[in-house]
Amino acid sequence: MSQDKATTTAPKTMGHSWDGIEEYNNPLPTWWIWGFYITFIFTVVYWLLYPAWPIGGNYTKGLTGLHTITYTAKTVDGKEVEKTTHWNMRSKFLHEMNEMEAIQKQWFDKVASMSYDDVAKDAELMQFVNSAGKTLFSDNCAPCHQAGGQGKIGFAPNLTDDHWQFGGTYDEIHQTIEHGRRGFMPAFKEVLEDQQITQLANYVLSLSGEPHDASLATVGAQLFKSEEAGCYYCHGADAKGNTQMGSANLTDKIWLWADVDGKAGQEAKLAEVKRVITSGLDRGVMPTWGGRLKPEQIKLLTVYVHDSLGGGR
Amino acid sequence: MKHDNIERNLGILLVFTMLAISVGGMVEIIPLFFIKETVEKVDGVRPYTPLEQRGRDIYIREGCYLCHSQMIRPFRDEALRYGHYSLAAESKYDHPFQWGSKRTGPDLARVGGKYSNDWHTQHLTAPRSLVPQSVMPNYPWLAKNELKYDDIQDRMKALRRTGVPYSNSQAEYQRNVEEFGADVAKTLHIPDAEKNLVAQAQLGNYDTDPSNITEMDALVAYLQVLGTMVDFKKYDDDYFVKFR
Repeated sequence: MSQDKATTTAPKTMGHSWDGIEEYNNPLPTWWIWGFYITFIFTVVYWLLYPAWPIGGNYTKGLTGLHTITYTAKTVDGKEVEKTTHWNMRSKFLHEMNEMEAIQKQWFDKVASMSYDDVAKDAELMQFVNSAGKTLFSDNCAPCHQAGGQGKIGFAPNLTDDHWQFGGTYDEIHQTIEHGRRGFMPAFKEVLEDQQITQLANYVLSLSGEPHDASLATVGAQLFKSEEAGCYYCHGADAKGNTQMGSANLTDKIWLWADVDGKAGQEAKLAEVKRVITSGLDRGVMPTWGGRLKPEQIKLLTVYVHDSLGGGR
Repeated sequence: MKHDNIERNLGILLVFTMLAISVGGMVEIIPLFFIKETVEKVDGVRPYTPLEQRGRDIYIREGCYLCHSQMIRPFRDEALRYGHYSLAAESKYDHPFQWGSKRTGPDLARVGGKYSNDWHTQHLTAPRSLVPQSVMPNYPWLAKNELKYDDIQDRMKALRRTGVPYSNSQAEYQRNVEEFGADVAKTLHIPDAEKNLVAQAQLGNYDTDPSNITEMDALVAYLQVLGTMVDFKKYDDDYFVKFR
């Protein structure tokens, strides 16, 4: 077939010849050429609709009135203004944010205006809290508190249990998210002898029924309440901690900084508690979310942490 | 000039080829230098302090940019995850800038303040201890390597040549006081660079080990300042529209 074609309609040559080798002229198909011309037309249309040509210190912004974007934006003093501009990415972005906010508004308005208890009782609203909360939590909280809020020993507290270092009421959780927290315990290596720290550590282990040396713990109990060590200032005379300052409850079996559960044997558990008393803690920093998240998002997260993860008071 | 001559003369062919292929780049890039609104007028953007700058050098040395971009695009999904879209002004002192369209890890343009110093130290040393699904390599040497900063003045002088306003004279220092305020201007003064670097590292204690200054101190100091310089509360939501 192709041979037939070649013999019947011999293509014209380009007219140049090198060492007897000639170049045929095989024009492109007409439809393809037209596709090429259409890209020219497309370009001109694009110039009319979108920012395109630089002119001195400025540039063409598309024909006024032909292609615009309308958006609503908040001003510094909280007013909402509607504006129409030439097409550009930043106006388009605001327009898209408006669309999303319009869809979520009914739910966020409810969360913002209702009391915590009412939000938690509203089953339909809680569906929104659960799904929006999960996303917010994954983006912002999970890197420290882990995906399910189970926390990480030696790093960030478990949010699903009943122990709340800085308080587990709605208001306290809200305060924690909005302003962040800073856990601090002084180092006692300069204040106490190693033997005294051993006694204290045995007492701390005894409080939650961990294996310990009873005679050392008895001395430790005295030390705990003494002016010399002063543990009771923060942890309280009953060692149950104080959520106002974030001091830990030492009488429950929940450990955050000393990995007592993760160590096997009395010696290793003792070493863990001694390590914390010796070096203290200046690491438990939770960042501030007040500037990063919107007020209604923080409120939603508060409900999510309190009710969806469980354990809130 | 005939086509025949161009094709038979390598030198001319080379020149014409280079001209032809650079036209696209030139018409897109050169006008940006002349358009007044390319870089937004915004307060707060300042050059990096000596410690942050050393951290930035380590960021580049370790190839963080191969997986992390520092450019939040004006898209809804990006704003919801990372925050306000990036401004050109925010990287005006970056040489080289860290924009990019290739992300294996998340964008870092606004990572400053999102996590604690402790988190960064732990995460850089062993990422999977905090983010189980992470594919980021471990960088355990950062916390061990002492930070080398005896050449910090040279590094700042090199950046000064590219237009970063580090000050090397009293007159330049005064100019910085006017532009950035005295507190910032002090950190940009080249003769005091070592002193400022040590002071910031000790005050900030970025690697949670106050006994030494490590590469971790510098890198975390850099990460913690990313995207925090502009206070967006001071501007209307659509203030930055007029620059596009």
